[in-house]
Amino acid sequence: MNNKYLKNVVTLTLSAEKCVGCGICTDVCPHGVFCIDGKKAQVKDKNRCMECGACAINCPSKAISVDSGVGCAAAVIWGWLTGNEPSCDCSGGGECC
Amino acid sequence: MSKEKSCCCSADSCCAGEPITQYGKDDRWVTGEIRTSKGNVPVISTMLQFKDTLGAWKVRWNIGRMDYKINPRIYAVGKPDKISPVIVSSNYKLTFDTLRKELSGLDCWILILDTKGINVWCAAGKGTFGTDELVRSILKTGLSEIVSHRTLILPQLGAPGVSAYEVTRQSGFSIIYGPVRANDIKKFIATGSTTHEMRTVNFTMWDRLVLTPVELMQAAKTSLMVFGVLFLINLFASKPFGVDDFIVYAGAVLMGTVVTPLLLPFIPVRAFSLKGWLLGLCWTVGFVLFKGWFTYGYWLLAIGYLLVLPSLSSFLAMNFTGSSTYTSFSGVIKEMKVAVPLIALSSVVGSVLLLVAIL
Repeated sequence: MNNKYLKNVVTLTLSAEKCVGCGICTDVCPHGVFCIDGKKAQVKDKNRCMECGACAINCPSKAISVDSGVGCAAAVIWGWLTGNEPSCDCSGGGECC
Repeated sequence: MSKEKSCCCSADSCCAGEPITQYGKDDRWVTGEIRTSKGNVPVISTMLQFKDTLGAWKVRWNIGRMDYKINPRIYAVGKPDKISPVIVSSNYKLTFDTLRKELSGLDCWILILDTKGINVWCAAGKGTFGTDELVRSILKTGLSEIVSHRTLILPQLGAPGVSAYEVTRQSGFSIIYGPVRANDIKKFIATGSTTHEMRTVNFTMWDRLVLTPVELMQAAKTSLMVFGVLFLINLFASKPFGVDDFIVYAGAVLMGTVVTPLLLPFIPVRAFSLKGWLLGLCWTVGFVLFKGWFTYGYWLLAIGYLLVLPSLSSFLAMNFTGSSTYTSFSGVIKEMKVAVPLIALSSVVGSVLLLVAIL
């Protein structure tokens, strides 16, 4: 099934200069956003990115950056109201994700 | 889980001490222990029993979901030795059961991180399934003496929390990201490689269906408070809330928590709040027409519900972005900046109309 979310909002960037072409980003991405073209990684389908951050944290040359965040809508609203970063902290007996 | 000290060694073997991983006497998924140079390791069954299935059903219905966990550390499947693969996972029991039932016939080690009973993906997002905890687990279990190789297999969905090169630098173990789903593990271990299919996250109708009971139960819990308030209001109302009001409300909750998730890809808009609002609107208009509330004396009630209930469905549907497998955080923030003020305004105006209508 072709699930698609809002277009042109994703914060993912890839620096071709820094990329060493190791391909770990193609391994960890759950939506096949990257492909290796020649000796470098390329962003194939940016709108499919869900900003999980797996590529950025695993990139050995720090060529990828993405603002990753977690939290359900209720957590985000709670964050807005309290002025904190939205977080989905279930450890405090909360009931989200 | 029993914390008492127990010695589970058979009579002929000497008790060198406690097993590396503590487990309860009534944990029937532990079938024995295997000796290693670092101590005994519990051996686990790859068959699920009734109690495991019942446990899974309960957490799917949000019963004891935040406290369904096993002790972290290391477990054995089959008769693993020093060259057997090591699979890493979380200590959420639902995750652990999903994994072990796919491991029949294999000899391997399972390194369980302390994710506080949260699944791999959510724990990785929070960082509890992360570099530090993984390195700590390797040290605490003495893994480098239990196995002679230096490779760990991690679930791909743990990648947002783990920096593979950093783990290698700190522990000497290199990381291979395995498939997304546990049922591909055997194929992965046999072939040593993953396919595009194994690496891609899906969100099938079944995937979405199993998530809906939790959404429904959470909404039901909040609804009890709403009903409490409505009960008090009813004491002063000239036209109190009744069965029809309950039905139209419950329908809107179902639209947001169950029907929107199920029909997700078929609703021809992208924002979750809009998906929920549309279905909530269809339901409310349908019910109001059915009851004939578009008539003199019921106008306020009809318009009140048309403002409140689609907003409610919209909010509940928007919350499902937290469970979906494809929404980006930037996208969620973008849609919320528009949707939340509209939902709030619509709900407040609608609630005032409803109050005027019944008092």
